[in-house]
Amino acid sequence: MTAYPTRWTRPPQLVKSRWWRIILAIGAIVYLVLAVGSVDVNWTRIADGWERGMRFVGGFLQPDFTTRWKDISTGLLESLTMTFTSTVVGILISVPIGVGAARNVAPRWIYAICRSIIAASRALQEIIVAIFFVALFGFGAFAGFLTLTFATIGFIAKLLAEDIEDIDESQAEAIRATGASWLQLIHYAVQPQVMPRLIGLSLYRFDINFRESAVIGIVGAGGIGGTLNTALNRYEYDSAGAILLIIIAIVMVAEYASGHLRRLLK
Amino acid sequence: MSDAQIWRHRTPKTQLALWVFWILLVALFVWCWNTMTARTMWLFVYDAPNAAADLIGRALPPRWSYMEKLWVPLWDTINIATLGTLLGIVLAVPLAFMAAHNTTPSRLVLRPFALFCIVASRSINSLIWALLLVSILGPGLLAGILAIAFRSVGFIGKLLYEAIEETDQTQIEAITATGASRAQILNYGIVPQVLPSFYGISVFRWDINIRESAILGLVGAGGIGAQLQASLNVLAWPQVMLIILVILATVVVSEWVSAKVRHAII
Repeated sequence: MTAYPTRWTRPPQLVKSRWWRIILAIGAIVYLVLAVGSVDVNWTRIADGWERGMRFVGGFLQPDFTTRWKDISTGLLESLTMTFTSTVVGILISVPIGVGAARNVAPRWIYAICRSIIAASRALQEIIVAIFFVALFGFGAFAGFLTLTFATIGFIAKLLAEDIEDIDESQAEAIRATGASWLQLIHYAVQPQVMPRLIGLSLYRFDINFRESAVIGIVGAGGIGGTLNTALNRYEYDSAGAILLIIIAIVMVAEYASGHLRRLLK
Repeated sequence: MSDAQIWRHRTPKTQLALWVFWILLVALFVWCWNTMTARTMWLFVYDAPNAAADLIGRALPPRWSYMEKLWVPLWDTINIATLGTLLGIVLAVPLAFMAAHNTTPSRLVLRPFALFCIVASRSINSLIWALLLVSILGPGLLAGILAIAFRSVGFIGKLLYEAIEETDQTQIEAITATGASRAQILNYGIVPQVLPSFYGISVFRWDINIRESAILGLVGAGGIGAQLQASLNVLAWPQVMLIILVILATVVVSEWVSAKVRHAII
């Protein structure tokens, strides 16, 4: 009689070899010890900061919209206009780049150029780009506009190019068979297939650009981020709380509206 | 045969609506552009090509000897990202189980609370989190780690609770049919199904966090960004150039690692 096992243990899922599991576990523990050891915590400073933290939580619960309303509204208006213009200009620039970066509709050398533009735009974080644009174009919303446009190009062009590469080839072939030129091919075969997704991406990017516009202000590129930075530097936590609540509210509204619009357009 | 109907893509009404939409969009753009550039100093903008040439002339070649001062901040940056991701995971997993409608213990209280935490964490960029935490905890690694963790909670929480909601109901039913308790259902029915996406999400977020932790130092949260800020303050452009090259290299390596790991898991 063979004895059936009465207990079942879950088989290992990630690393099959027992030795590797032990080595990885030891490595992880050693790393954690080293990493946690490198964090030096200044408890007295934290104790000082605790009272400030409580004041911040208080400011968040009782936000003060009125005292600094003039600064907040200017920053907000700058952020929103910056977001809108940079999204529009970014899309206008990224559509030709996206078409050029699609392997099935662009010749090799154009493909290479467009892909390297996309890679450059995606590799650099918005903040670093913003630092450079502020150094070149001076403080204010214009540098922020350029930063967001630059970041939009990489995002939209990459996703658009991937979408064009994924189109249904039979439709393109049907249009080609009628003797259509390249422009007609793009207009009648590619554009109808990628348009819904392009609109969705644009709305999504609008959302991202607003969030980013709240950040690049910290390095001087205009918008609500600058106002927030000033408020925190002055330890005006109630105004900062108000600004954060406004940002959260706008992001939530934008997310909800863009989800709704995308469903409508489908 | 003269009154034969010609095929049109759209009815006249939709055509008109479309035109009105485009005119409104252009008008909005012009208004936004004017508001945004109202305070722009065009003198700086026209001078930008000269400024750019000047800047590049100063920034090249990068000061390679500065590298020896960058190893410790680089190690700190990686620690901020890794520890921040781990802490984010620890906070996000319970929130995700509370937020998913099929596992939440209470629909009326805990689910909205968890969803609010996730949305709030996602709407605030990690740089803003760092700004807040630095003013509360004081500058240093701890603020950076917490900032990364708080931002990661929303990201991991959202993707994980969506994965939990998408689990296959039949497997859970099979486990329930054996008379398993709630904890056993979680352990044997849901966890094995979401584990692969959980690993994928975590590694993906770690990759993003490496990028973000590189700039957190700009607001005083430690890491290589602090060196960037110090170099920018004294206008040491060759050092800035070197730091940006180091950040780019780190980003490329982390992207490669995360792609490898995700490939191995899925």
